[in-house]
Parts: sequence; structure tokens; C-alpha cells
Amino acid sequence: MIIGEQKPLEEIWGMVKRHKQLTVFGCNTCVAVCHQGGNKEAGILASLLRMKATQEGVDIDIVDGGIERQCEHEFFESARDMLARSEAVLSLACGIGVQFVAMKYGTTPVYPALNTTFLGDVISVGYFTEKCQACGDCVLGLTGGVCPVSRCCKRLSNGPCGGSSNGKCEISKEIDCAWQLIVDRLEALGRLDDYEKIPPLKDWSKDRAGGPRSFKLEGI
Amino acid sequence: MELKTNSRLEKVLKSGQLAVTSECGPPRSSAPEGIIKKGHLIKNHVDSINITDNQTSVTRLCSLAACVHLKLQGLDPVLQMVVRDRNRIALQSDILGAASFGINNVLCLSGDHQSFGDNPQAQNVFDLDSMQLVQTVRRMRDEGKFLSGDEIKVPPNMFVGAAANPFADPFKIRVPRLAKKVAAGAEFIQTQCIYNVDKFELWMQQVRDRGLHEKVFILAGITPMRSVGMAKYLRKSVPGMDVPEELITRMAGVEKAKQADEGITIAVETIQRLKECKGVAGFHVMAIEWEEKVPEIVERSGLYPRPTID
Repeated sequence: MIIGEQKPLEEIWGMVKRHKQLTVFGCNTCVAVCHQGGNKEAGILASLLRMKATQEGVDIDIVDGGIERQCEHEFFESARDMLARSEAVLSLACGIGVQFVAMKYGTTPVYPALNTTFLGDVISVGYFTEKCQACGDCVLGLTGGVCPVSRCCKRLSNGPCGGSSNGKCEISKEIDCAWQLIVDRLEALGRLDDYEKIPPLKDWSKDRAGGPRSFKLEGI
Repeated sequence: MELKTNSRLEKVLKSGQLAVTSECGPPRSSAPEGIIKKGHLIKNHVDSINITDNQTSVTRLCSLAACVHLKLQGLDPVLQMVVRDRNRIALQSDILGAASFGINNVLCLSGDHQSFGDNPQAQNVFDLDSMQLVQTVRRMRDEGKFLSGDEIKVPPNMFVGAAANPFADPFKIRVPRLAKKVAAGAEFIQTQCIYNVDKFELWMQQVRDRGLHEKVFILAGITPMRSVGMAKYLRKSVPGMDVPEELITRMAGVEKAKQADEGITIAVETIQRLKECKGVAGFHVMAIEWEEKVPEIVERSGLYPRPTID
């Protein structure tokens, strides 16, 4: 899923303080799982901003609400009136939701409350790790189900580099060496011979490098 | 053996003699005098000189320009190229540029991660990896083609090398990884600094078991330690570096003023031992910011004079 992290309150305040009215708007799917952008977090953030406004002596009417997903039209129905009355919206969605709101409400200022950080999993309660960069050309079939694009700091197609040490990456002892994991996994699968196969050069035109991507289902 | 390029390094290696290379780091300035001076300090004691490419991700005068300066002095530079900072367009372009100045050696590397350097906020590229850069240069040279398949009218005349670190993990793929680089087209290998000679010899045994020493020239990496502090730093803080405890004890057992000499002696002993190791085709002496010691190491190791090559 998409993982995000709330921006520091000061940064958020700097963006919104000029308004007289603000709607703090949660997105209750991906970023709710990481407890950063759900409707509950929208309520908490709205309270913090009201306190901040009081401290700073700024007169601003702050309401909060949210929907299940800010990236699809159909979910906006329940919030239509609230958004229509808003002078400005502080969206707790990922960057996709923020842009979707901005696109739907062409003259309403929309601000991001989160930094969208990565596509990841939930390793344990409250612990999220990056697992995919949406490179558009999945190699997991070759690499034993461990992604070198998102998990190797040099995204090497043929790793590990010389900095792999005791299973960890040269840049941090907190980061597993992806290629150690790939080698371990290939060995567990009885496929270590595959390590010596050299894959074709990666086609980065399917990645961000090729420009904004889209996908259209035919016949719908 | 058939020569593929005008590289002095290739000629020495294919003559069957032990080769000696060294490396010089370019300055953090636009003044070329320093790198030229370093080149002259060691030129009579080495066959070819590597020029590092923004090593440890710290911005420096570029490797290509520094190689040109050495080439203009009549030396044989080895252009180190990391894939961290350039995509396949820039890499191919720089290879042509280097070849246009008669630079005949390239060492293909991935490069230290930018988080170690002076611009940790920088984007990294890693369009290709080091192995794919080896493939790329070989294709350009041997097939006269760009990666796109377009023809290169005058292909680059480059002897192609890569690095190997016998001490990184996982050890079980260290020889398969070398085999992969050889299959990709590496013609010479310069290894990580060797302090754990036993482990290096074990790696070389596995290299020989697969016959790789007959397919690629392996230059053993040697870096003299200047002090016990440097030894401890390498052991503790440099990933992929294997400095055995007994070397630390040995350095620590010598009074401070003589530790540098002890470090040189250890380097010389390592070379002398590895001269007997079948499959070692030469030595890559990396005396980091200590180039003036290279002649002494080479002489004391019995690797001087260097062969004369036409």
C-alpha cells in the first residue's frame, strides 16, 4: 500500500494560516493503515491546528472530515457539501489524493498534510517498509521474489556490490542487503545457478523516466 | 596472446609479466598540477595509473579530464567510471571522449553510494550497473555498436576492467560474481585491498577451480596502512573490508613514529606472498594520498624495474 508520514505541524501551519476557513480532510484507506492520514488522524490534526491558531491569535474556522478514498470520484459524494463550503482543504491523503481534490475543486486551494514516502508493507504493527518502486517492468521472477529496484540502494540488476557486509547494506546497518536476501532466497529455492544469468538491460522507459504513465482498460 | 588495444597494461599482462598499477585521486579544484605531479612521482614504478571517479562520492575534478592530463604526459591512465552519476547516454559518450584522447583502459564500477559524500541529497542514476557497463564497453569496442545498435564508425580502443571484492558478503557468490563479470567481458580485475591474505588465497583457489584465472587478469589490491588508527578504522568502519585482528596487534606493537614503516612492510610482505599465488597477474597498489611511497613498495617487492613496452 501507499505509506505516508505527516509533515511537521509548523510546516502545515505555514501553509494554511492565511485562510479564514480550513477543512482538514482524511483519506481512510492506505494512509489510515499507517495512522497518518485517516479520518481519525484528520480529527486529531484539526484539534492541533485549532490550538495553534489560538496560541498564535489567528482567527480561522477549522472543520474536519474525511472519505474512504480521495483518489476516486465515487467516494466524494458524502463530502460534497463540506468541500463546496471550504475556503481551503488540507488533505491527509497521499500525493494522489491531494491532486485528485485539486483537480475536482479547481478554485479551492488544497495543501498536503503528508509526505508520501513509499509503497510498502506492514512488517509488524506500526512498522512499514518499502517494497516496490512501480518501475513498470517487474523482475521479481528472476530475483527470487526480492526486489532489487526498491530494496538495493544502488538498484543493481547484478548485485551485490562490494559493500555488502553481514547481510547489511553499506549505507546503514538498519538496511538489509537486498542481494544477500536474493542469494539466500535463490539458494532456498534450489536456484542458485540462476545467480549467474545476466538479465537484459533494464528498460527505464517504463519507469518514471518515460514520463507520466497511464493505463486504460479497453471496452469499459 | 593477441592484443586487442593499445593499452600498455594489456601489453604487460599479455607478455606474461606481473603488472603493477596504482591510483591517483584528482584534486577538489580546477588546478591540474597536483594530479600531474602524482603521476610523475610513480610513473617509473607502475605500468598504468587509475584515476578515481569522484571516490567516496565527494565532488572532484573529473576522472576523464585527469586521465587526459596524464595521457599528455605520456602515461597510461585507467579511466575509472562509476555508474552512479551518469546514464547510458553519458557513459557511452564519455567512453568515446576518453578514446578520442587515446585513453585505452577503463575500470567499470558501481561507485560508492552518494550518502557517503559531500552531496548526500543528490539523485543517483544507476541506469546500468557495473557489469552492464563492462558489457557496454565491450560491445562498443568489439561490435562497433552503441547500445541502441547504431554503428560506431571508429569504435573506442579500450581494455576493459572491473573490480572484485573477495571479502564482501555473501562469500559463496564472490567467485560466481567474478564469473559473471568475466562472462560480461571483463578482461582485467583489480581487487579490493587485501589484508586477510588467507581468505584471499581461498578465493583464488575457487577462482582457479573454475579456471577463471585463465580468462581474466587478476591484479591483487594492496593498500599500505599508515597507522594503527587507520587499521582500526578500516576494520570497523569500511564495509566490505577485512582487516584481521593480528594485523591491528602488529601495528599497535610498533611505536607510533614507526607505524607507517610497518604498514609499508606489511604491504611488501603481502605482495611477496601473493607473487607465489597462481592466478595473480599483478598488483594494484593504492597508496591513498601517499603516492610517494609507491616506488618504495614496488622496489622492495622486487617488481622494479618495470618492463619496457614499445
